[in-house]
Amino acid sequence: MASLISCPHCGTRPKEEFSIRGDAAPVRPAPLAADEVWHDYVHLRANPRGRIREHWQHVAGCRRWLVVERDNFTHEVFAVLDAAAERGGAQ
Amino acid sequence: MRYSALSIFKQALAGNLGWKPVWREPEPKPHYDVVIVGGGGHGLATAYYLAREFGIRNVAVVEKGYLGSGNVGRNTTIVRSNYMLPGNEPFYEFSLKLWEGLERELNYNVMLSQRGIISLYHNDGQRDHYTRRGNAMMMEGVAAEQLDRETLKKMLPFLNFDHARFPIIGGLLQRRAGTARHDAVAWGFARGADRLGVDLIQNCEVTGIRRENGVVTGVETTKGFIGCNRLALAAAGNSSRVGEMAGLKLPLESHVLQAFVTEGLKPCIDHVITYGAGHFYISQSDKGGLVFGAEIDGYSSYAQRGNLATAEHVMEEGVTMIPGLSRVRVLRAWGGVMDMSMDGSPIIDRTSIENLYLNCGWCYGGFKATPASGFCFAHLIAKGESHHVARALRLDRFERGFPIDEAGAGTQPNLH
Ligand SMILES: Cc1cc2nc3c(=O)[nH]c(=O)nc-3n(C[C@H](O)[C@H](O)[C@H](O)COP(=O)(O)OP(=O)(O)OC[C@H]3O[C@@H](n4cnc5c(N)ncnc54)[C@H](O)[C@@H]3O)c2cc1C
Ligand SMILES: [Zn+2]
Repeated sequence: MASLISCPHCGTRPKEEFSIRGDAAPVRPAPLAADEVWHDYVHLRANPRGRIREHWQHVAGCRRWLVVERDNFTHEVFAVLDAAAERGGAQ
Repeated sequence: MRYSALSIFKQALAGNLGWKPVWREPEPKPHYDVVIVGGGGHGLATAYYLAREFGIRNVAVVEKGYLGSGNVGRNTTIVRSNYMLPGNEPFYEFSLKLWEGLERELNYNVMLSQRGIISLYHNDGQRDHYTRRGNAMMMEGVAAEQLDRETLKKMLPFLNFDHARFPIIGGLLQRRAGTARHDAVAWGFARGADRLGVDLIQNCEVTGIRRENGVVTGVETTKGFIGCNRLALAAAGNSSRVGEMAGLKLPLESHVLQAFVTEGLKPCIDHVITYGAGHFYISQSDKGGLVFGAEIDGYSSYAQRGNLATAEHVMEEGVTMIPGLSRVRVLRAWGGVMDMSMDGSPIIDRTSIENLYLNCGWCYGGFKATPASGFCFAHLIAKGESHHVARALRLDRFERGFPIDEAGAGTQPNLH
């Protein structure tokens, strides 16, 4: 169940502490990318059934952005990673 | 059999043994003029109006489960047209007008009950918002009334008027709004469509969409290939999955919405009431159960069940609004999967693929739309152009920069 999310920084917390941004797959295009590319990014979603990766923010905790990997049919959570670390960026 | 007081009386005398199934169980024909994917309210209404209004009777509705097993049988049955934006209000009002004639039209008791919907507000900003919404309704010729705190206290004495954070200061009332029996709506349209020759094919899942030279020629199903001239998708929460079969990527995310019903009580809540401080809405069913729900669970989901944390949140909101609710037992909870669109408004349109038509994005407000959705979708399929009240609901509105963002939440489906 997605009632509990294990934040890599704060431990296992109720989902109410998090706000959910949605699908982590879309990648923000370059500012001057073509309109169709922006349309795709802003509006269109693959919306798969099964294993997905989503952006959640631990707003009532460390306030870090996280990537939650879970199954949106069984509600099983497989992994929760810090979004910046996940991207290979600096903390 | 046409239903009438006499037919019911005769059946009663005969021990109610003479009732017959109200639709056939046909095997699919190799080819239809129109195949509709999804035997929910919208698919069935589309089939009905295609046959009744536009004379296209060689139609099949293909449903993976049983008719009405989707959201049409899972919703909280609220019917209203108190929308604000010009792209929405005329459409939902057209729908409410169809509702008002539906029982006569279908010769079926859909138990439309125009008990009125009251949307409560708690601060000046919200009052201004609801005043604006009421005005927007009146500009489309739809009656709306504002009720002050004293009037509400007499009408709804069980509300928590003196809540420290969310005192109730007034409400917007649409008297013609109310509820309808959800299953009966599906059954009424199904019976109507069947009688006009539409084939309703149950337990038949669409698994693929066949195209030749880019043109849709039919669907692969668990009962074999079914050819068609035009294919109409009305698959509610599974629109993305079905759309993908034709290579479509849609502005949708699937989310779960939960609802609840309590033990049966004597009549106590006369209206549909919505709680502006949260997102809670409640009404009393004709059997006496209190039917209520609130927001979606927040994250994408294809599970027809929600999580307990959201259930708890819903109960908290309910009890904040009606303290007495805390003493009522909840009998059942369930969830439905809905396709949340990027602007919170629906899509009725053709697609970039020839012969492929799309009806989706109803979020959690599509039950009230059932008749108009069916009518406008049938209009589009039959005439090749949008019905005038559905023109703003086209798919390309996102690309063109004309979203219909009723909630003002932006392109974030879990906030609508
Ligand atoms: C808990 C809840 C409360 C709600 N409350 C309200 C309310 O008070 N008022 C309101 O206006 N709206 C409400 N809604 C929204 C409303 O129920 C939906 O928007 C509306 O019912 C959707 O249209 P439909 O009836 O055609 O969908 P459905 O009944 O879901 O029909 C779609 C059908 O497509 C079928 N299907 C899917 N994929 C395939 C396939 N591959 N092959 C064959 N068939 C397929 C499904 O089995 C399903 O039967 C609520 C929804 C929920 C979940
Ligand atoms: Zn944290």
